[in-house]
This record gives sequence, C-alpha cells and structure tokens, in this order.
Amino acid sequence: MTEVTMVVNGKSVTKSVKGNTLMTEFLRDELRLTGTHVGCDTSQCGACVIHVNGEAVKGCTMFAAEASGAEVKTIESMENPDGSLGVIQQAFQDHHGLQCGFCTPGMVMSASALLKDNPKPSEAEIRDYLEGNICRCTGYHNIVKAIMAASGQDVSNIAAE
Amino acid sequence: MPKDHGIGASPKRREDVRFLTGTGNYTDDINVYGQTYVYFLRSDMAHGNIKNIDTAAAAAMSGVVRIFTGADFEGVGGIPCGWQITDVHGEPMQEPAHPVLAIGKVRHVGDPIAAVVAESLEEARNAAEAIEVDIEELPAVVDMKAALEDGATKVHDDLANNLCYEWGFVEDNRAAVDEAIKNAAHVTTLELRNNRLVANPMEPRVALGQYNRADDHSTLHTTSQNPHVIRLLMGAFVLGIPEHKLTVIAPDVGGGFGTKIFHYAEEAFCTFAAKACNRPVKWTSSRSEAFISDAHGRDHVTKIELALDADNNFTALRCDTYANMGAYLSTFASSVPTWLHGTLLAANYKTPLVYTNVKAVFTNTVPVDAYRGAGRPEATFQVERVVDKAARELGVDPIALRRQNFITEFPYATPVAVEYDTGDYNATMDKLEVIADIAGFKARRAESEKKGMLRGFGVNCYIEACGIAPSNLVGQLGARAGLYDAATVRVNATGSISVMVGAHSHGQGHETAFPQVVAEMIGIDESQIDIVHGDTSKVPFGMGTYGSRSLAVCGSAMVRATEKIINKAKKIAAHLLEAADSDIELKDGQFSVAGTDKSVAWGDVTLAAYVPHNYPLEDIEPGLEETAFYDPANFTYPSGAYCCEVELDPETGKVTVERFSAADDFGNIVNPMIVSGQVHGGIGQGIGQALLENAAYDENGQLLSASYMDYAMPRADDVPFYAVDHSACTPCTHNPLGVKGCGEAGAIGSPPAVINAVIDAMQSGGHNVTHIDMPASPSRVWEAMKG
Repeated sequence: MTEVTMVVNGKSVTKSVKGNTLMTEFLRDELRLTGTHVGCDTSQCGACVIHVNGEAVKGCTMFAAEASGAEVKTIESMENPDGSLGVIQQAFQDHHGLQCGFCTPGMVMSASALLKDNPKPSEAEIRDYLEGNICRCTGYHNIVKAIMAASGQDVSNIAAE
Repeated sequence: MPKDHGIGASPKRREDVRFLTGTGNYTDDINVYGQTYVYFLRSDMAHGNIKNIDTAAAAAMSGVVRIFTGADFEGVGGIPCGWQITDVHGEPMQEPAHPVLAIGKVRHVGDPIAAVVAESLEEARNAAEAIEVDIEELPAVVDMKAALEDGATKVHDDLANNLCYEWGFVEDNRAAVDEAIKNAAHVTTLELRNNRLVANPMEPRVALGQYNRADDHSTLHTTSQNPHVIRLLMGAFVLGIPEHKLTVIAPDVGGGFGTKIFHYAEEAFCTFAAKACNRPVKWTSSRSEAFISDAHGRDHVTKIELALDADNNFTALRCDTYANMGAYLSTFASSVPTWLHGTLLAANYKTPLVYTNVKAVFTNTVPVDAYRGAGRPEATFQVERVVDKAARELGVDPIALRRQNFITEFPYATPVAVEYDTGDYNATMDKLEVIADIAGFKARRAESEKKGMLRGFGVNCYIEACGIAPSNLVGQLGARAGLYDAATVRVNATGSISVMVGAHSHGQGHETAFPQVVAEMIGIDESQIDIVHGDTSKVPFGMGTYGSRSLAVCGSAMVRATEKIINKAKKIAAHLLEAADSDIELKDGQFSVAGTDKSVAWGDVTLAAYVPHNYPLEDIEPGLEETAFYDPANFTYPSGAYCCEVELDPETGKVTVERFSAADDFGNIVNPMIVSGQVHGGIGQGIGQALLENAAYDENGQLLSASYMDYAMPRADDVPFYAVDHSACTPCTHNPLGVKGCGEAGAIGSPPAVINAVIDAMQSGGHNVTHIDMPASPSRVWEAMKG
C-alpha cells in the first residue's frame, strides 16, 4: 500500500492505495465519486475521462499512485459555484446531447479540454477530438452540436431537433 | 409557433441534470454493507465436455466466501425462453435446457463454468485462476448450414439435431408464391447476410443480489429494460421465489438496445448466491465479458426472390433465412426471425403473395436475441436491397419503382397476417426528396468525381411494427407473456402527481415526455408531475421498454388512468360546485360549471379528496389514485423513407457517409426533440452495422472481435449531421394518443440506404458489383471493385 495525496475537485485527499489501483477505481470506490464511469477495459470508450493537472486523461489508463500530488477534476466539479450547470453541461441539456447519460461525463470532460485549447472548434475538429469517446445513443449529432453551441457558435442552421 | 409545454413541446430533459453532474444512480454506483463480489470463470473453448472441476485449492485462497459450479444448480430451474414457435410440421420448437452455470458441457466461449464469491473482486479473480477445469474439447459448430448437415456435431446432445425449428409463413401461400415466381416476367434474386452485431450499450451489465433473512425477501438491482419481466422469469421459472418475496430494481440504466431485455444467468446467480451466502453479491461485467455474455443480434443468412410482372408490379416475394440462435435460446430469440420478421415482409408494398421460410439453428456461439429493431431490420434490409437490385436490373428509377408499388389505401391487410391501420408512404418519400435535396445529387457527384472520388446515392423505405400486441393474439402465436402495460396515477393531496409506469427509461427521456401528456390532459404544469419507474416494489406492474412500445402501450395506460382520475375529480368538483357531474368542464387546471363563472381549482379538488369534510362520501371513496392496464388492439406501424449519400475512395475502398436524411411518420409526437434524438441514435447504429460492425467468429468458435480494439463501434468522425423530418403524420387509429413509436426506426431504415449508396457508387465507377455484405469495410469494397 502506498499513501497518496492529491487535490480532487478542490479538496485535498490522502488515502492508502494498492500499487495496482486504477484512478477510476480510486475515484469510484475510495472517494465514491461515481460520476466517472467505466465502459470498457481497453481504454477505448472514454466514459472515464477526467482532468489531471488540466489535461484530459482516461482514468482507466493511470494508477492512483501516479496521480500523487496532482490536481484532479471530475464531472462532479463541472457545475458553477452556485450549483447551476456549467456552460458545456448546459449546452448538452439545451441541445439534447445525451440520452442514457453513461458516456456523458466523459464527453463533457473531453469537450471541456477541447474548448480550453481550441475555443471555436469546427465540426470536423470536434468529431476528430471525440474519436476517443464512444456514445451509443445519440449518433453524435447533438453532442457535436452542443459542443459547437457551448463554444458560442451559431448552430441554428443544423437541423433544429 | 412550436408549443412550449404539453404534447408537442420540447422541454429540456429533467433527467439530464443528474447525468450531467455525475449524480446518476446506475447499478454499479450502488454498494451495500457486507457486499461480496463474484467473478465468473468462463469457458475459453466453444464446445467441450466438462470432465472435472477442482475448486479445492481456490476455495482455500484469501478472501474466498464460496465457489459455485453447475452442481450447485442441479434442481434449480434453467433460464427460460419466452416464446414457443410451432414449426412447419405443427410441432413445438426444440428447446434445450439452459442452466445458470454449465452442467456437463460448455457450449460457447463465455459459457460460465464456475463462480467465485469473495470479499473483493481481485480475490475472486485470483481464486478463479486457481480452479482446475478439465474439459474434453469437442468440434465447434459455427457455420449454420454446416450445423444442419447429417452427422454434424450436436450442440445439445439430448436434441435430435441442431435445428431449433423450421418455420413457414404463410405456409398456405408457399405453393402459390413458388408458382408466381416461376411465371414472373422478371425475378430478382439476392443472397445476403445480416451481420452479427453486439448491442454494446455503454453501461455494461451489472447485478447486485441481496437477501434479508428477517422477512425471507430477495432484492435484485439489475441493468434491465423490464424489471417486472425479470421478476417473473427469474422468480417463477428459475429460482422459485414468489413475487411478494422478490423485488427487482433497475435504477438508471445506461442504454439497452434490446440486450437488457433478457433474463440472464448472472442475475439469477447473484440472487441465488446472496441467499446461499447470506451476503450481498455483486457482479459488474467488464466490456470483454460483455462481448461473450450479452446476447448478440441479427446473424441471418438469407436468399430472397422478388417476382415482377411485365409492368414492374411486384407479384410475389419469397425469403429463405437461416437464423442463428447461438448455443441457447435467449428470452425472445425464437420470436425474432419469425413473428418479428416474417410479418414485415410485405413492407410498404402491395406484393400480393409472400412466403418466408426460417430455419433457426443452434451453434457454439453466444446466444442471439433482439437488438434494436429485432427482425424488422432484417426484413427491411432484404426487401429494400432486392427492390433496389430489381430497379437496377430493369433500368428503372429506384424511387419510381417503389412509388409504383406502394400501398396507398388504409387500412391494408397484408398477405402476412398484419393489418396496417394508417400510413402515407408517398408523403414521407415527398419529404425525403426535399430534405435530402435529391435533385442536387448530380452536381454533388460531379464535385466528388473532380476529386477522384466515387459518389453514390441510396434510398429505401421501411415499415415498422411496434407495440407488439394484442395479448390474446401473441399468446396464440406462442408468446408466454401478455404484452400490455400498466400505469398508476397517484394524485397527492396538494395536487402534485406521481405516475408509476411499467415502461422503463434508459435513455428515452420518459421522465420528461410522460409528464407532458398528463399535464396536457389536466392543464397543470409539468413540474407538478413525476414519473416513477424501474422498481417492482413501487410500480404495480409493467412489461417494460422494448419494441418502441413505451408511449404507444404504457403511455396509453397512463392516459386511461388519467382519464379515470379526471372523471373522479369531476365528481368531486361537481359536489363542491353544487352542480351536475355532466356540467363540469376541466380546462387549464380549473373545473368549471358549463355556462357559468363558477369554478374550483385542481388543487382544491385534490385536497377535498384527501380531506373529505365536504365530500360525496356516499357516492365515491376518498383519495385520488387510479390504475389502468392497456392491451393494444393492434401493432402500430411507423414508416418512412431514408436516403444516404456516400463518397467512396476507389484507391482504398473507404466509404464515407456524406449525407443522411430520414423522413419518418411516427403519428402524433409528444416531444419532437426526443423523437429526433431517437432517430439520430438509430441511424448511428445503422451506419455502424452497414460499414463498421461485425461480431466475427473463427472456425473454432472463438470470437475474433471481442473488444473495442477489434469491434468497430461508430465514432463521432464516422458519421455526419443527419437531416431528419417527422412532419408527415398519419396518427395511429387505435391508441388514445395516436402515437406509433420511434425508438427503432433509425436502426431499421438506415442499413439498406447505406448499402444501396455503396453499390451505386461502385457502379458509377464502372464496377459491375450488384451486392456487398455488411459491413462494407474498405477491404471488402476494394476486393469487390477488383472483381
């Protein structure tokens, strides 16, 4: 067991973890932050995307011990301080960018990382960036539209519903 | 102006807030005190005799609570099949046993041999590795036609052979169909495969079993589309637990697409083991495990023949299909290639004679069952591919050939038993021609060709049959369940409402759409109404969500229950207003006496029902809660026309979907935003089937595409924006909302459009290719063009 200390969603946490504990397991089982989802076991689906030191990372690709000293953000921290939905979250709701909700945390975390680096991505750039996030419900239409809207782009010419 | 509330409006989905903030409650998010973890040791062989299982060393390992094998399930019921098919000889289908854990034999890669219950998942997994299993490997039966040859190895030793059933429909038409084909001016023949798919909802399956000794009560949390169905199947047929001693809860469920309809061995195991160990037992499927334990979909091999007269009228259709059942019969497996497929083969056309013959075959593969569309995508693909091929052979416009043969008068009794109540296939085709800008295709093709690319255009129609019913009919056809649904409307004293519905929402947005209906009927705000679903201890009964049935069937039950509420509330209002019941009108949440200014508000009436001081106690009971069960009179028949445009790189064979358009007739629509989302998702899956996805087995029964590294799921950069339209509307005539169901249309209507477009692209490049099997991968397309 190794003692790790990291800042998760603005709070410092210290826990003893096994060397093989994945970040997803640490968040879900140790911290009970169950918004980070596990949809595969080959690091393909992206339901577990979190931010580690500001970068989008698939939580299943790193051990908790590797995050020692890091600043970690999960979907549970994406709303505004007053509890209202953040800009990306709100755009997903406004444009029906989610159905079953399982891939959604990873989509929002990936979208957030994309918009940080590329504030006005084109449709093609969004689709390319989301290559590591699988959604089975939406056919991606409204996810791409929501991210374009979250970045302030006019989406009114994309089929309304 | 679009409406901003009630039926026809698109309010933001209320369930989104919890999903967007990480506060959803999926089954794997639930952990309970004293919980143990189960790991299933699964067969890595497709077929073999179990000679010995030695668990002694494993049982002694750290953290192990108990190890179970098939021997622990001797005398326990097997996993049942919910639909008995009667074959061409009038005999029942061959129905093999399906034990919870393998007994005697393993029959597919993934068949569970043993289950280790331990304090942690890691300990369970480690102990499973220490179990010594001696299996005598047998030849694997993988190819369906080989499986039916004389002397083929049998998947089930106690059955006569590997044929589950041979089914003919309509058997009385067989000779006439053959005669019509023989005498036709033109016959188009096509052999095709509907590729095996894995449904892949993003949430893998999870089961958490608990047992309370104090009241001898079992509780199962599970990732299900239909918790009451699981309670019935598992309780009555597998474990022998009566309903009042068993609660099944399906909380937030991360997608289903059919594969979470079925009752699975893991659910029964966790419930059984929780009692046996007197500890909660939790199983969380890994994705790799899902590929070899979730029921697969499709996997039909078909020869289809379309006969036409000299004027290009369709005169007969014959379809001969081999349908893969896999190693065991999953819950609704037997119904998919038969009643959900054969009855759809008239499609949108006046073809007077139709016959289909289906041979359902056992193989050493994962069981196959319903996946989004279930039988209807197979029927649509066959018909729409053969119609397209006929148009090419005859040199006629594929849209004109379809229009010429459309059914135009309703109700229409097809030659395959069903009666379409409404539809307007020319109307959806008209819409399609506009939204797809079919007139502009030539110019777009020229642009593509300038870049050295081929461009293809494909169109198809579809007809759906949703809300499968009525129960007395499906019972005659072999269903072992009723297919009604139920809803309870509970009006609280202050006027707020909880509606307990038998449908289950796992992405469909029922929590938002269902209140729109009740709010419209009563004239109160939607925020006053909550939907309760997914818990057998809270919802009176229900058959769940599949077959695009939720609104058409359960929504109808909800309407009926709400009507009962309104009738009773009017009686209370009449008493309060000192008027006759028949003079009371309800509008915008106010009860008024017709022709007067006397009125009483909804909240005053509901309060009176619960504080009945001034109340007609001699006529009606206090309280305001009503239940309705609704058994539909007929299926509903959504229909539509779809169009796909692809660009094909002749150098690599890579196909890119450039445009996709869908014009649907879903009858009346409660929430257009949600309906469009359902169509988008279905199209995404249909493009996936057509171009990417394939569950491929090798000759030894090993699943080659058993992870997201190997099974090509559609990603954001594999699809375009879609143009969808559902303004063509012919309301259903037999349910109170006039709704038809929209959940599966996209997946049904899209694969033929894509393949028709790929063929068109190849032919435009001078390649005489008349068919390509799905998925039309770059290598397949490239090979086909090479000739």
